[in-house]
Amino acid sequence: MILTDIIVSNAVIAIPAIAALILVFQVDYRRSAQINTIASGVAFVFSLILLMKGKETNDYLFVDDLNIVFIVLSTFIGFTTSIFSASYIDFEIGKGKLNSNNIRFYHAMYQIMMLAMNLALLATNIGLMWVAVEIATLSTVLMVGIYRSSEALEAAWKYFILGSVGIALALFGTILVYTAAEPIIGEGYNSMVWQSLLAHADHFNPRLLNVAFIFLIIGYGTKVGLVPMHAWLPDAHAEGPTPISAVLSGLLLNVALYSILRFKMIIAANSAVISPGPLMILLGLSSVLFSALMLYRRDDIKRLFAYSSIEHMGIITVAFGIGGPIANFAGLLHMTMHSLTKSAIFFCVGHITQVKGTQKIADIRGLTTSHPILGWGLVIGVIAILGFPPLGVFMSEFLLVSSAFAHQPWIAVILAIGLLIALGAMSNRLIGMAFGEPNHSEGAVRASVLPLYIHLLIVLIAGVYLPQIVVISFQNIAKILG
Amino acid sequence: MSQTSLDIAQLLAGMLLLVSFLMLYQDRLSALINRYALQAIVLAASVAWQAYTQQAAHLYVTAAIALIFKALIIPLSLHKIVKKLRVHRTIEIIGGLRITMALGVFLTALSLVVMLPATTSVNAIDREDLAFAMAVVLLGLLMMVTRSNVVSQVIGFMSLENGLILAAAGADGMPLVVEISVAFSVIVAFIIIGIFLFRIRERFDTVNLFELDRVRGEKR
Repeated sequence: MILTDIIVSNAVIAIPAIAALILVFQVDYRRSAQINTIASGVAFVFSLILLMKGKETNDYLFVDDLNIVFIVLSTFIGFTTSIFSASYIDFEIGKGKLNSNNIRFYHAMYQIMMLAMNLALLATNIGLMWVAVEIATLSTVLMVGIYRSSEALEAAWKYFILGSVGIALALFGTILVYTAAEPIIGEGYNSMVWQSLLAHADHFNPRLLNVAFIFLIIGYGTKVGLVPMHAWLPDAHAEGPTPISAVLSGLLLNVALYSILRFKMIIAANSAVISPGPLMILLGLSSVLFSALMLYRRDDIKRLFAYSSIEHMGIITVAFGIGGPIANFAGLLHMTMHSLTKSAIFFCVGHITQVKGTQKIADIRGLTTSHPILGWGLVIGVIAILGFPPLGVFMSEFLLVSSAFAHQPWIAVILAIGLLIALGAMSNRLIGMAFGEPNHSEGAVRASVLPLYIHLLIVLIAGVYLPQIVVISFQNIAKILG
Repeated sequence: MSQTSLDIAQLLAGMLLLVSFLMLYQDRLSALINRYALQAIVLAASVAWQAYTQQAAHLYVTAAIALIFKALIIPLSLHKIVKKLRVHRTIEIIGGLRITMALGVFLTALSLVVMLPATTSVNAIDREDLAFAMAVVLLGLLMMVTRSNVVSQVIGFMSLENGLILAAAGADGMPLVVEISVAFSVIVAFIIIGIFLFRIRERFDTVNLFELDRVRGEKR
């Protein structure tokens, strides 16, 4: 009984670790893609078991209402992306763009990334979380550079340098939090554990916490892709393999946001500290406005959706910055919906760039006629991400704008302007790509449409009817977040 | 803690900051690498002193990493890279020397002004260490933005990291310091291997980042 408990609580960490070890030695790329999918699927099943079991804590890992949502979401998207990745990789091998050694490396890194993200989410203490975020960054850097073209290497380099600086600043913030906690809680491990930090936060030195939060939000905010620390994000999305674009947008940005949220809870628990809200709102709004404007002049399809990710991370940051039960609820819902929708869009885009042999928007035309499944998938995905009713994103954006209006009307106005600008830019691009006379295609692709449809279906259902259990769990988290 | 040991700790932390300034105005690459090695030695001494006064044996590991890896292996491999890639001997400092130095002084003052009042609850040695560490971190950032050359940007990053290790070692009884310094060494090793393997010069014919900008934004 105790043994099964230990297995369950460590499974989402242990399975990727074991899978990565096996994959390092697996030469056959078809077999390794299967192993990758199976391992991701099993990890997802175990995350559901964790969800059923509810709260628990051991020395290094803990599960609570907040992180279990992130865990389920990231293992789920990790699973669906691994299915998409298998068919994507199959095509790239056929084209000779990647060889079997690249693939072996890629699959092992994929599992290490999943391990690092789950570890960052489950870690009980701020030091372990920092190390996990660093591992996640390094593994994705290596995957972004996998094509070895000069563009891919430059994108990986830029991501690496900016990510490292971000992570370094986050570490300084982490040290400052420890320094603030140490006189109250005492030397050692306990001064880094989330629960004890939260319990004693009210007695920490407020000025030290102020400085710490600035370093933390700039540091982890770099990884979220908030403007003006976003420069790595479009390059990394555009030049890496598309499955990685999907997990970057769908998962890694969320993990970084999760760490900011945890620190925000500590800061908010101290009444003498400057409220973290305005800073988050400022960064979020500037991300929304900047990326919405940048959407206009993109002519690379993956870059277009990368900027859209910056926009949506901005929206989510604004939501959590406003705080309170409704805005937090909207932020959580939007994060979930954005992850699902954006990864679905990248599944589509991955196959589209393969059949068209280009990422240039101008060279992609008439998809709904030539490739109806991919074309309509893209149309539905973009409609969803733009926040049209009745899809899930509409609901979260509606909740957010209305709660922002109640909080500070000008926030709602700026948000709405950003959303409208993005709407104009994206629909403009979409019409050109999806409709009209189809142009030349490079060839057929065996697309895996199942992940795409599952994601879009969930987003559609969530927009029409959100199950009671999800609502209750999100409401609970919104309460914790304060 | 006795007054003498406090003085020594502050002296070492101050020296670390001083070397940061030495690096800030250095425009010859090989001299810059040597000064980085010097900073690593000072860091090792500072961390070892912390290990001694706090009686924290694990900090000796961090000090040893600083001494062997940062003061020896990294400078040697960087010298090799500079020779192999035939990078220009002198590097341009964006914005000019005077403005850079003025900014450096400003950032140091800022760190003192921000950190000293913020750390009244912390014991004296941590206060000074944290203020100096923050200054070293900010100067490292400044070095990264004022250099257009990949190698000197990397040195800027590593100097920033020295500041972090100083802060982490100064925080009484902070766990995971060794793990964190190992994690950082991994990053740095990655960077060095990255420059070596990917032969940035061959790929781009230059190690000047401005030249790399052609792939930024849109592909033309």
